Amino acid sequence: MTRRNPALAKRKPFGVRIYKNFRFAALALVVLCLLAPLAWLVASSLKTNVDIYDASKTFFFVPTLENYANVLTRNNYFVFIFNSFWVASASTVLSLILGVPAAYAMSRFTMHRSALVVLMARVIPGISLLVPWYYVFSNMKMVGGFGVLILSHMFVALPLIVYIMMSYFDSMPLELEESAQVDGLTPIGAFQRITLPLSVGGMATAGILSFIFSWNNFMFALVLSGSKTKTLPVAIFDFVSYASIDWGGLMAAATVVTIPIMIIALFTQKYIVSGMTAGATKG
Amino acid sequence: MFAAPAMIFVGLLIIFPLVWTIYLSLTDSHGSVRAPSQFIGFANYMEVLSDTERFWPAAGRTAYFTITALAVEVVLGMIIALLLWRPFRGEKWVRVAILLPLVATPVAVGMMWRLIFDPNMGFANQMLGWIGIPAQPWLSGQSTALPTTIFMDIWQWTPMVVLIMLAGLTSLSDEPDEAARMDGANAWQRFFFVTLPLMMPTVIVAILLRSIDALKTFDILYATKGKGGGSFHEVETLNIYAYGLSFDYNEYGLSSAVLMIFFFIIIGVMWILTRRKKGIK
Repeated sequence: MTRRNPALAKRKPFGVRIYKNFRFAALALVVLCLLAPLAWLVASSLKTNVDIYDASKTFFFVPTLENYANVLTRNNYFVFIFNSFWVASASTVLSLILGVPAAYAMSRFTMHRSALVVLMARVIPGISLLVPWYYVFSNMKMVGGFGVLILSHMFVALPLIVYIMMSYFDSMPLELEESAQVDGLTPIGAFQRITLPLSVGGMATAGILSFIFSWNNFMFALVLSGSKTKTLPVAIFDFVSYASIDWGGLMAAATVVTIPIMIIALFTQKYIVSGMTAGATKG
Repeated sequence: MFAAPAMIFVGLLIIFPLVWTIYLSLTDSHGSVRAPSQFIGFANYMEVLSDTERFWPAAGRTAYFTITALAVEVVLGMIIALLLWRPFRGEKWVRVAILLPLVATPVAVGMMWRLIFDPNMGFANQMLGWIGIPAQPWLSGQSTALPTTIFMDIWQWTPMVVLIMLAGLTSLSDEPDEAARMDGANAWQRFFFVTLPLMMPTVIVAILLRSIDALKTFDILYATKGKGGGSFHEVETLNIYAYGLSFDYNEYGLSSAVLMIFFFIIIGVMWILTRRKKGIK
């Protein structure tokens, strides 16, 4: 700001300096507010249940991995971790296979009405679909299996993928495909050889986001999963019993769910941000 | 042809269930999904709309939750986005901090706050104790539970608004701002008369996206207060209410009527917001 207009910078160096300090303090506060609760979660997962209740051990305690050992060995957590990974990856891959060509068609042939139907999926409350699904799938004796979980998670993933890929294809020049077609490729060939390789970045964005949303999804799994197909967000509730809560175990379980998705997010920051804001500025 | 498989899938998974929900809302289906049900016309709707004990309070809470969370998130989101707008050292760290709440599993987030807001051993009351404020009941209080969950929503979703606003800000051209600066406008004037009007379409998009999700909030409410939104239904929104009717009480007919009404409310809100957006353009 100051570099661009040296005259103004010279006139009010004091104001600029105050703003710089204020900005630093404000941003530090924002970072603290966003990260401190997460740090609290991890810290509590490293405390014994006795230490969690002890106010003198708020900041200083002897960390222990006892809770993690409990969670992972006693509660079948490896099975739940596998379930979550399996459901999230399967629904993401299937949704990409269905969603990318659909988004392409909607973008190129401006099928706004069919695009609207897909976007409706974002607006409808999930529960209004869960009741009929539950009806159908329990009559088909599918509730509690992986198939129905993957299908239901695809319902979240597919509209997301179509939405992101549409704005991606919209911003891609038509000329590339046209010249490929002039050179003798069929429309499908042009899509496969030219458009698809160029849209790997967009697909990565859409895929990562859909994996995250599926991993975090709770409501569908709460109703549609069985004891063998339980996913991590549902499994967390095992630590909440009617009478009391195993806080240490609960925090360890919550950390186990959250950490993988955060690591993925840290390495794919750029993609996530571009996916979450896709189409937001164009309106 | 490209779109056919996706359209069939969406049709099966969305349109068909929606039609079925309409049908169910006109029947007395309850108990088991295999039990026979009778067509009873609009009786469910009459019952829901005259229910001042559960339905209307839940609708009120939904509105309260959505409007409060949204107002705070948009203002805070705008302020933080403005702070982040121009490049600075350590930008990367702030971006990481903004991303983490967004991707954190909502149920785990709910559980995390449940410990922090625990009236006896939670860190929130410990902190109040340091500055001499008496302990608050937070989630366990009948009147404080809903504001506490709103706070959680603000923590998790303000970053989303920041990202959208930041994308909007960076796509603005510098010229109007420079011109105003040349004319001697100060920072406040430049924000309110130049940046904010240009940002209005982005603000509406942020409101649109966030209100869709805030209206449907489920995970943190269920994780913190459980079935029925707590023993006094203190955080029972329309979404939690409909869930309870469907899967705790198996009142499929009645819950379908609630869902249809809920659905029309959401569509109505979206319609008003998109019209407003067009008006601004």
